[in-house]
Amino acid sequence: MFQSPDYKQLGKQIRCSTPADVKHALITKRPDLNDLAALISPAAEPYLQQMAARSSEITLARFGKTTQLYAPVYLSNYCTNRCVYCGFSADNLIKRKCLTLEEAEKEAMILHDRGFQHILLVSGEAENAVDVEYMEAIALRLRDKFAAVSIEIQPMSTEHYHRLFLAGITAVAVYQETYDRDLYKKVHLSGKKSDFDYRLETPARVAEAGMREVGIGALLGLGDWRAEGLAIGHHLHWLRKKFWSTAFTVSFPRMRPATGEFEPLERVSERNLSQLIFALRLFDQDVGLIVSTREEARYRDGMLGLGPTRYSAGSCTAPGGYGDSDGDVDAEQFSVGDHRSLDEVSTMIREKGFDPVCKDWDCGFQIADI
Amino acid sequence: MLSIAGTEFKSRLFLGTGKFSSSSVMADSIAASECQMVTVALRRVNLDNPEDDIMKALSTHEYIFLPNTSGARNANEAIRLAHLARAASGSSWLKLEVTPDPRTLLPDPVETLLATEKLVKDGFIVLPYMNADPILALKLQDAGAAAVMPLGSPIGTNQGVLTDSMIEIIIEQARVPVVVDAGIGAPSHAAYAMEMGADAVLVNTAISIAGDPVAMAAAFAKAVEAGRTAFVAGMGQRSKQASASSPVDGKLSSDLGFLA
Repeated sequence: MFQSPDYKQLGKQIRCSTPADVKHALITKRPDLNDLAALISPAAEPYLQQMAARSSEITLARFGKTTQLYAPVYLSNYCTNRCVYCGFSADNLIKRKCLTLEEAEKEAMILHDRGFQHILLVSGEAENAVDVEYMEAIALRLRDKFAAVSIEIQPMSTEHYHRLFLAGITAVAVYQETYDRDLYKKVHLSGKKSDFDYRLETPARVAEAGMREVGIGALLGLGDWRAEGLAIGHHLHWLRKKFWSTAFTVSFPRMRPATGEFEPLERVSERNLSQLIFALRLFDQDVGLIVSTREEARYRDGMLGLGPTRYSAGSCTAPGGYGDSDGDVDAEQFSVGDHRSLDEVSTMIREKGFDPVCKDWDCGFQIADI
Repeated sequence: MLSIAGTEFKSRLFLGTGKFSSSSVMADSIAASECQMVTVALRRVNLDNPEDDIMKALSTHEYIFLPNTSGARNANEAIRLAHLARAASGSSWLKLEVTPDPRTLLPDPVETLLATEKLVKDGFIVLPYMNADPILALKLQDAGAAAVMPLGSPIGTNQGVLTDSMIEIIIEQARVPVVVDAGIGAPSHAAYAMEMGADAVLVNTAISIAGDPVAMAAAFAKAVEAGRTAFVAGMGQRSKQASASSPVDGKLSSDLGFLA
């Protein structure tokens, strides 16, 4: 199993990086984990322009003049975890809702009618509301209507992931939130999510179950963002070696305002986030890099083609939010930063000389009986 | 003229349709290349939808539409996609791609051979994407592949024909057309493959991510034609030593009757 490297050691290694290390990392053919440490270090900050240029070149060569688009469907905001930063935390007095199968399909089809072909089903972690049977039933309803259906729900067993794969789920995202074991304990007060190791081992279980793609990441605003970036590099490197036929994506959600009193423990600027994205792209030429609507329109427009490969668009983060236009903002997981519709984001992408790609998969890949 | 499965092709340049900035740039590039075979990833199109952006931009009456199974991890997935594509498009042409490693997208020889055997039996015109392995080329040919498509270098890398010594053997042995696919990054690479005697080349990334894809498509068309003409004209031997272009001993041979 993946052994998370000592978080403090990672921070130390990063701070020891010199400008010479950064220069080496910028020209070496295959940057390794030491190069990644240099690229996310303070020593690399004067080289951000060069990193952006290199990241852009690599992204263009590997992914072309395209950006994939998807949207989330929030199924449920019930949650048995108490996580200090999250709007869905069990402590928060918000209106709780879990969509019925009919409601979930209706929400998804609203996105379908808007032009989405890739959707991400999201829920809080409450097994009494959202379990494998519920997810399987939704997958079976949606699998022939969408090119790709992914999930971001509570960690499951390999067996359950395999069931969902057979039901038509293509990818699973599960973010570690923080790779700092001590901090993890402090921000995940109770609930199943408070088990650091079970969560850390989840991406491997997803890959073992045969899923096409696994998304990993850290929530920026909890720990030292540079150390999180290097820890993700370690995790990604380990997963690549072990699961060579699985595709991987990385996401760096920056903390957004949410219900609750929580203020980010660390400030992560757009500049910091960009450095992380460029560094990851130089380290791994093929990894999908996701920038969601958490980020503002201006930032997302500026980053187009520089490293990210996938954007969400027109997102609503409350269950039932697409059908219910004057929905309850308190029921949101977080408030979004880019409020534009799919059409508006697609227009921006086209104006920048890129192709907005809504379909880059096909349900025919895994539905054995159609 | 190049003939694959009984269909004749004036152009020996085939185009891929990925990575373009828009469907209209793609369509203009295809037109400028004058190619007659265009491959499209089934994952990118919705063949059932007449409004599909990519399919609308393709004038399939002007060239053979060659759907590909990009993304398939094994023979079963590729076979399933092939049948779905034929049901939707009515065409039996298929570029078979079985690429279990999503990073390098290198073709799986075992699964590709299994899928070729099955799909040929099912009546498909199969053009398998393969590594530059001469024995595999022979086996695919025996299984009924209509052409073989060995790679010049890993896809999308623009490194050119790095596998040339193996491709030479494949060309020498093959009964079916040999189409060099993947890695061709410059018109000179395409010309080189054609000079070697390849029957055609397939190009995508080098055109789609070029500064001016339409102009680059035209450049590739010329290079492919030049390379082919040179091959037919008969290329001189390569030598490590210099040799005069007007050898003095050339005259001697006419003096000696048995050398004339």
